[in-house]
Amino acid sequence: MAVTTKKSVSRKKKTAVRSKRAVRPTPPRRVVVLVATRKGVWLLHSDTARKTWRVDGPHFLGHIINHVVLDPRDGRTLLAAVKTGHLGPTIFRSTNLGRTWKEAAKPPAFAKAPAGEKGRAVDHTFWLTPCHANEPNAWYAGTSPQGLFRSDDGGDTWKAFSYINDDAQYRTWMGSVQDGTPDGPKMHSIIVDPRDPKHFYFAMSGGGIHESVDGGRSFTLLVKGMEVVAGFDASNAAVHDPHCVRLCPSNPDRLYQQNHCGIYRLDRPSTEWVRIGKNMPKRVGDIGFPMVVHPRDDNTAWVFPMDGQTVWPRTSPEGKPAAYVTRNAGKTWQRLDAGLPKSQAWWTVKRQAMTADTRNPIGLYVGTTGGEVWMSRDEGKKWVCIARNLPEIYAVEVAEIK
Amino acid sequence: MKVLIPSPLLSYTNAGTVAASGATLTELLADLDRQYPGLRFRVIDEQDKMRAHMRFFVNGDQVFDLAHALRPTDAVTLVQALSGG
Repeated sequence: MAVTTKKSVSRKKKTAVRSKRAVRPTPPRRVVVLVATRKGVWLLHSDTARKTWRVDGPHFLGHIINHVVLDPRDGRTLLAAVKTGHLGPTIFRSTNLGRTWKEAAKPPAFAKAPAGEKGRAVDHTFWLTPCHANEPNAWYAGTSPQGLFRSDDGGDTWKAFSYINDDAQYRTWMGSVQDGTPDGPKMHSIIVDPRDPKHFYFAMSGGGIHESVDGGRSFTLLVKGMEVVAGFDASNAAVHDPHCVRLCPSNPDRLYQQNHCGIYRLDRPSTEWVRIGKNMPKRVGDIGFPMVVHPRDDNTAWVFPMDGQTVWPRTSPEGKPAAYVTRNAGKTWQRLDAGLPKSQAWWTVKRQAMTADTRNPIGLYVGTTGGEVWMSRDEGKKWVCIARNLPEIYAVEVAEIK
Repeated sequence: MKVLIPSPLLSYTNAGTVAASGATLTELLADLDRQYPGLRFRVIDEQDKMRAHMRFFVNGDQVFDLAHALRPTDAVTLVQALSGG
């Protein structure tokens, strides 16, 4: 989402620019939904109205795909984080929207440990982020076990980025395969400030949120205000579990976060997160995985709550799936469930499995672990199912193409 | 020597049996990777450990040591050993 905009004060100007553009016909952009699953990739191609959908797939049938992302800088390159049950992790790249794929020559891999020491091996790449708009062909990757990697050649060769992968303090915070997430701790939510390529954030489940303002030479921990599970020490980054962090393209000083312990907002330069999830209905709570922000309105964000009571089912509360939206930066939330199943629908929606396009009105997309993709053409007011019977969905991203 | 390739790796070799050489399993894998770039990392991790569900047999005997010596007449089999759904 490398959209070069200034702070929210520029919103009025942007609106004016858009309305001027509106008198000039622009080629309609089609939405392609990139669905990454435990057993392959499916691409859902829409018409320009987002009303009919054509399924293209499977790609990589039987492969475990944690993330597929379009490069917004060229509008045609896809990167896919791929492994199988037997085979080691790799990255595949397509420059023709999935017609053909080529494997990375050097996928993300940790440094070989000195003799006698136990080294780490990447199990899977979990998260892919294109770098800044001014850094074409550059990408970041977050892995499990947790590591930060970068490619400067469009995803063909990858190397460790910054010092953190082998730093004693970070290794403590990163934990081991026995900590946290069932198939290993995840580095995720790698977010580049659209105003400054040297300014970026990343999050670790567990391990907290981290910020660099100098291109990765140094990092600052950014967990103040974030709650942790009762009994743990909130000053220890290792026990913080941010599930998904998003930066508002229209105001890069505002971030939203869905955490294991609630929903938060951060307005820079403050370093203290505010738990805006306390304003959610009590019977629903503020537990969940994904977080989605509006591309043009920094007061609007969506979540998809999960049940975090007793043994943490992490399914839609009461078996009634719903998104919730705030239009005022978290002061109040509204339920959005029209068109979704009314009962006995025990959905789980993972952290990468909800996203938005940039059309007007915004389209929202949700993928479930039961293999269904639902979308809304009107910012969540009404939902329709656009794919079902897919494998367990890990990630849903949107590509907008000419 | 002859190397039997399991189905997950056929996208690299396009053949179920290939010829490769090396005085050890390490050298054999290096030769396979020269012929079929990318194959080795899918089978051996960056710490030079066999991946969890890939196994090696030499003349029918399972081998865990990548330094295992090979002769040109040996038959090497790579096996996929995945379970679960």
